[in-house]
Amino acid sequence: MGDCLMATVETMPSLPVPPESFEARRNQYYSTRILKEMLGEVPRDAHKLLGVTDKDLCIPILTYVFGEAQVGGTAAVVSLARLRQEHYGLTPDRPLLLERLRKESLHELGHTFGLVHCPSRDCVMYLSNTVVDVDTRGRDFCWGCRTVVASKTGTERRG
Amino acid sequence: MTMEKKVNIMVVDDEEIVRTSLTSWLEEDGYRVEAVESGRKALERLPERNWDLMLVDLKMPGMDGIQLMGEVHKTAPEMLVIIMTAYATVDTAVSAMKKGAYDYFVKPFNPDDISLTIRKIVDHHKLVQENLFLRKELKKQWKLRDMISKNEKMLEIFDLARTVAKSSSTVLIQGESGTGKELLARAIHDESPRMDAPFISVSCASLTESLLESELFGHEKGAFTGATALNRGKLELAQDGTLFLDEIGDISLKLQMDLLRVLEQREFRRVGGSELIPINSRIVAATNRDLAAAIEEERFRADLYYRLNVISIHIPPLRERREDIPLLVDHFIEKFNIEMGKEIRGISEGAVRILMSVDWPGNARELRNVIERAVVVTKGNIVTESDISLPSAASDANHRTKSLEEIEKAHIRVVLKENQWNIVRSAHALGIDRVTLYNKIKKFGLKKEGGAPKE
Repeated sequence: MGDCLMATVETMPSLPVPPESFEARRNQYYSTRILKEMLGEVPRDAHKLLGVTDKDLCIPILTYVFGEAQVGGTAAVVSLARLRQEHYGLTPDRPLLLERLRKESLHELGHTFGLVHCPSRDCVMYLSNTVVDVDTRGRDFCWGCRTVVASKTGTERRG
Repeated sequence: MTMEKKVNIMVVDDEEIVRTSLTSWLEEDGYRVEAVESGRKALERLPERNWDLMLVDLKMPGMDGIQLMGEVHKTAPEMLVIIMTAYATVDTAVSAMKKGAYDYFVKPFNPDDISLTIRKIVDHHKLVQENLFLRKELKKQWKLRDMISKNEKMLEIFDLARTVAKSSSTVLIQGESGTGKELLARAIHDESPRMDAPFISVSCASLTESLLESELFGHEKGAFTGATALNRGKLELAQDGTLFLDEIGDISLKLQMDLLRVLEQREFRRVGGSELIPINSRIVAATNRDLAAAIEEERFRADLYYRLNVISIHIPPLRERREDIPLLVDHFIEKFNIEMGKEIRGISEGAVRILMSVDWPGNARELRNVIERAVVVTKGNIVTESDISLPSAASDANHRTKSLEEIEKAHIRVVLKENQWNIVRSAHALGIDRVTLYNKIKKFGLKKEGGAPKE
């Protein structure tokens, strides 16, 4: 993933999911609240922070989300819940899960670089609301989106 | 990355959490989103931007979603509004749709549904806008009703005609015969607020003075021998509409006087009548004559000329706008395809080249006739050189000033040359017998270049 973002990726110790993000009525977690909590945990030398959780995420207006990010901001979160084959009554498939997680993570981090959904199906920024969309879209940024990421990483590194 | 213009979406919901979450989610999709908490705020924001779509909550304190949609549609009837609600009842959904909502979403939305719906709406909306824009552009650029042109002067005329159409001013259209003076007059009528009233056309040259008088003004019963019943004239028939006086340069001085009076007083009497009838029609006059010269020679009243010449339009002859020939050819082929039930797909390059080289003394009308004939005779689905038969006057521009005899002479010479001076074949082609042809050759003093005629 680091190659695609032209950045160094480091793994932090895990953090607990903030309890106030739990929506009892829906048995899901409100991703925006998780993002807010994460912002207080960004290490000094990090430009972006990606959270990965097993919890099923949602926002009040949508029945579920695969992840959420601050467009042009710092934090992004992705959920494994709906990326698992088991969620759809299928046999677990670890390599497929990791591939989906990789794509979703890049996608949400892309948003933190200011990218919006891309009309190109070959781009990882292509809109995906279903795992089929996740599986069919590209693994990397298209040329246009990569240029944006590169310009941002350049600036941020200098800064 | 998409470079297209950002789509503007307004979210109206009293719940802050809905506003923020919907805003950030839609922003990820690349939309420009503005969220407000009430119908009142929404109406304030409405004029600030060209909104493409509004997502409106049904239940809000004060003005509810349906009321807000009603208000919005008063000033922006095309606005696409999606009603959102937490309570799914068929009744409210149906009522929202009936009142003009584009769609109806139940909260929370399935992300796939809303994202596809919005994309579909936005794409559709864009297509509609683009279509409207292109239609307008197309109309603006080339067409005025049945007239078509790419020529700069003509386009200026189209623009002027559209502007003039809105007024009631008298228009004088000048131009050679066949340039489309009547078409332009009709277009002015059709573009005007008078379009539903009649367009009445009078050809002034085809009638004698007394007939034209009765044709224009009508006559009372018994006004003259043969006037057995009251007859309403064209001036009366064109009431509230447009009266087109073609070949105005050909009317007698007496009628010019009468017409001047009508134009000045906006009322007239039927022949043999005493009642003054007010007129409320627009007059469009046309002529292929040089009215300035006619005034000079005292054949046309200067005061009438100035009365008619409020708006003056001069249509250039076809030879001064040759770039229109291919356009007109396509236009005529399309027209005759429909009229004759043919399926001709176009015209060969060679045929267009021939048509472009001609001076067209009879202008677009003459070109139309040539195309009509070509469409009738062509065997294939493309009009080719062999389908084009030019009237001899058109094929040689100089003929316009020549007598019939001179044209006959030139034509015989061309046919003889085509048939290598074979008299039998030439006579056959000309539809005359050999003796007649010999006599004509002798009479016109035609000679074969470098030899005597072949029997």
